[in-house]
Amino acid sequence: MRHTLGVLVENQPGVLSRVAGLFSGRGFNIESLTVAQTLDPLVSHITLVTTGDETIMEQIVKQLNKLVNVIKVIDFREVKFVDREMALIKVKAEAHTRAEVLRIVDIFRGKVVDVSPNFLTVEVTGDEGKIQAILDLLAQLGIVEVVRTGRVAIARSKKNNKKK
Amino acid sequence: MKLTGAQIFFESLKAEGVEVIFGLPGGAVIDIYDEMPKHNIRHILVRHEQGATHMADGYARATGKVGVCLVTSGPGATNTVTGIATAYCDSIPIVVFTGQVPTPLIGNDAFQEADIVGITRPCTKHNYLVKDVRDLARIIREAFFLARSGRPGPILVDLPKDVIASKAEFKYPKNISMKGYKPTTEAHMGQIKRAYATIAKSKRPVIYAGGGVILSSAAKELKELGERLKCPVTTTLMGLGGFPAPHELWLGMLGMHGTFRANMAVASADMLISIGARFDDRVTGKLDEFAPSAKIIHIDIDPTSISKNVRVDIPIVGDCKDALKKLLQLVKENPLEDLEKQRQPWLDQIQKWKETYPLAYEQKNDLIKPQYVVEMLYKLCKDKNPIISTEVGQNQMWAAQYYHYSEPRTLLTSGGLGTMGYGMPAAIGAQAGFPERLVIDIAGDGSIQMCIQELTTAVENNLPVKVAILNNQYLGMVRQWQQLFYERQYCATCLKMAPDFVKLAEAYGAVGLRATKPNEVEKVILEAIATPRPVLMDFVVNPEECVYPMVPAGAATTQMILV
Repeated sequence: MRHTLGVLVENQPGVLSRVAGLFSGRGFNIESLTVAQTLDPLVSHITLVTTGDETIMEQIVKQLNKLVNVIKVIDFREVKFVDREMALIKVKAEAHTRAEVLRIVDIFRGKVVDVSPNFLTVEVTGDEGKIQAILDLLAQLGIVEVVRTGRVAIARSKKNNKKK
Repeated sequence: MKLTGAQIFFESLKAEGVEVIFGLPGGAVIDIYDEMPKHNIRHILVRHEQGATHMADGYARATGKVGVCLVTSGPGATNTVTGIATAYCDSIPIVVFTGQVPTPLIGNDAFQEADIVGITRPCTKHNYLVKDVRDLARIIREAFFLARSGRPGPILVDLPKDVIASKAEFKYPKNISMKGYKPTTEAHMGQIKRAYATIAKSKRPVIYAGGGVILSSAAKELKELGERLKCPVTTTLMGLGGFPAPHELWLGMLGMHGTFRANMAVASADMLISIGARFDDRVTGKLDEFAPSAKIIHIDIDPTSISKNVRVDIPIVGDCKDALKKLLQLVKENPLEDLEKQRQPWLDQIQKWKETYPLAYEQKNDLIKPQYVVEMLYKLCKDKNPIISTEVGQNQMWAAQYYHYSEPRTLLTSGGLGTMGYGMPAAIGAQAGFPERLVIDIAGDGSIQMCIQELTTAVENNLPVKVAILNNQYLGMVRQWQQLFYERQYCATCLKMAPDFVKLAEAYGAVGLRATKPNEVEKVILEAIATPRPVLMDFVVNPEECVYPMVPAGAATTQMILV
């Protein structure tokens, strides 16, 4: 099973290597990983997608928590969350296909970020299913290159605002 | 007033109460060594940096304090890796200071540069590269705190030469704030209650204790728990000394070379109380058949150890001593009814196992049996309350089986990593902590040659360790595997080409003694104990003796070879 984890770490050199080393050293798999600073410049947030059964996931979460530089692990198996991914897709767009490309990009609420005589580069954001869907459609027209960010995720806030 | 990094280094060590440093100088740490004579701190000059780490480790295991090493950059640093990994596997608190090239040169493939922080990341509890002298005191404070708190372990602090030379205001921080480090030391009372309710229902309980009991100084509580529950106790190799071996509830060590009764008891138990042990493969054998009918309680300070190898019914995260105290309180308040009668069938069964297959060997007149040497060491030394260290392999297992440990911190052995060459430097480290005690390394002829150069260190520093080499002229444990599982093809395990250990000892300025016949063993041991200098005892033993019982790797622990 694939799982998403959020990891708050101290924003220091070597921390990413500790997290990555934990996975490689124990034979766990990282499917995607994104890192960026949080509101607090001393803290970074890692969104990490990994695969494993219940036992492996339990170990991964515990091992992450054990790292001295890890402040908090958010196990998205336990909370509702929103996740997004962004893709930059360079696609063939010659005279006879250009309109079709633009139509597809429009349907997916994508944006054209670079134009050249024979190519368009588009930016699409969405969950993994949506990204996959546009990739499938554009593939028929000729994708030259794709760069994806990997997943970022954030916990949903509580829907009721009742005070305790 | 501003101090240099080197001065801050020594002031910080003083604040941590460090008495002794094991080290070897080099270009990158020469400023620290230059500062050293001004400070009242003992330095033991080793002959190889691996020796320094094992000494710091042996010192830490024997005394319970944090062991400290100081080495130079590059090869000095990389030579410590085996010792650091050894301490990591056994959760031993040491702090290793390594020199580093000046910060502007880091990453430039400078002379004697190694990325030691990168290299040791997976085998330290945590490590640091000090980039600014203003961080030095705080980092040293954190390093010692991390090493000794929670699940203890080795910490490495990398010190670039320019950082050591530059100056900063010195104030040793009182408090520590590490957002990401908050070990759970207090056991959860609800879990303790659940555990006791389950224990109360059990008919065939076994306590399985490990090194955690020794690290948390919980031997007293363990003994009391065993007695109050009338529950038989086994320990891992790391746990030996955590429960008094002569005790009637003592089962002996369990696992690959454990006693018949310990392995049978665990296999038949309906309740396994694991305390500070981590279900290592040398303990469990085939996982599916380990304690198959037992409910398992697991007390451990490290949550990652729980349910890692074996499913656990009642996990208790916390310090062993705290958990045992709380459990004992419950036992005292609600003693089990009819305990004697309840437990008797189980204890009778264990007694039967004990009588069926006790640990045994036969000492004839011709060749010395290695087990006999260990038994004689026990017989002749036990009243002196010695510290025993071991190398790794057959010598280690015989030291575990035939020497009987009654107190914690009296056995120093590389249990997790299995580092040959560990024993003698560890003994030297222990001796530095306890100059008056008898310290004996039970060694093999293979292992002892891996750190033999430290004999000089022992001689130079008047650390009168005794080394008992069980000399079978083989890498004995590998040879045993070849004998049992590889049709006796003794490929590359024969060590017939070896130095004359008596002459070697003399060359190092130590005393060399030899026994080749059983009736010489006692004399040699007595002479060694009476000699106030380092002694190497060469016991020429039966070359093809095997360690039994033995559970073949991957088999169930009830499938013991008992010959």
